[in-house]
Amino acid sequence: MLIVFFVLAFVAVGTAISMLVTRNAIYSAIFLVLNFGTVAILYLILGAPFIALSQITVYAGSVVVLFLFVIMLLGAERLPGGEPLKWQRFLAIPLILVLALDFGINIAREGGKIGMVDVPPAGYGAPVDVGKVLFTQYALPFEVTAIILLSAVVGAIMLAKTDKAGRRRDLYKREQQQEKTP
Amino acid sequence: MIPVEYYLALSATLFSLGILGVLLRRNALVVFMSLELMFNAGNLAFITYARMFGTISAQVVVFFVMTVAAAEVAIGLALMVEIFRTKHSIDLDQMNTLKG
Repeated sequence: MLIVFFVLAFVAVGTAISMLVTRNAIYSAIFLVLNFGTVAILYLILGAPFIALSQITVYAGSVVVLFLFVIMLLGAERLPGGEPLKWQRFLAIPLILVLALDFGINIAREGGKIGMVDVPPAGYGAPVDVGKVLFTQYALPFEVTAIILLSAVVGAIMLAKTDKAGRRRDLYKREQQQEKTP
Repeated sequence: MIPVEYYLALSATLFSLGILGVLLRRNALVVFMSLELMFNAGNLAFITYARMFGTISAQVVVFFVMTVAAAEVAIGLALMVEIFRTKHSIDLDQMNTLKG
């Protein structure tokens, strides 16, 4: 089990680093899919099959496809020139090292005291159980999520709508009227 | 049997890498992907604790996080497209005016 975990962790961290390092945004998106896939397998090991499969459908499926779609639509896979963030880089790297050190110290200090996880028993975290909790105890947040998604859809459409689309509609109407008039 | 700290260490590593991407990359789309990486790291810690304490509620919370993240991506990418239309670039250094 430990070997499986280490292989998955290695792949997850490796794909995350490659995602950051590669210059091409399309490669970044592909590495992101791999990363989501490995984390989904970790969820499966941790006894959350429902979350693992929604991770694959929602993240690796729709979100990354949306990313790829926008990258290809904008033709923005490469930024012109290098990425010379001059003084930010010298500030950011030490700050991130401090953060990572903080995480590391805190995890190491609690080492061996937090607990162990092993392979879950069969049927643990089944979608039926998750659904029962979701629709009883968390019914109100579920409805709120529905409103958030609706407003996101409306907002995305409003943002993407241009005056040009309206003009096109007017043109279409005018053509229709011209067809009717003679 | 895997100690919980291993999962937490993995989660912290992924989160730090996500912050690294947000702070160092200039391509706005890659910054967005790094944000997703950080969401993912947080979710991993949530699921680890869900397994450790044997509760289902944490899985439901992760489900909500996923939904909200999906909504955020939809809005964010619509904003990206709109910014690209006005600025013809998604370089973060050039996003320095509120009104394009």
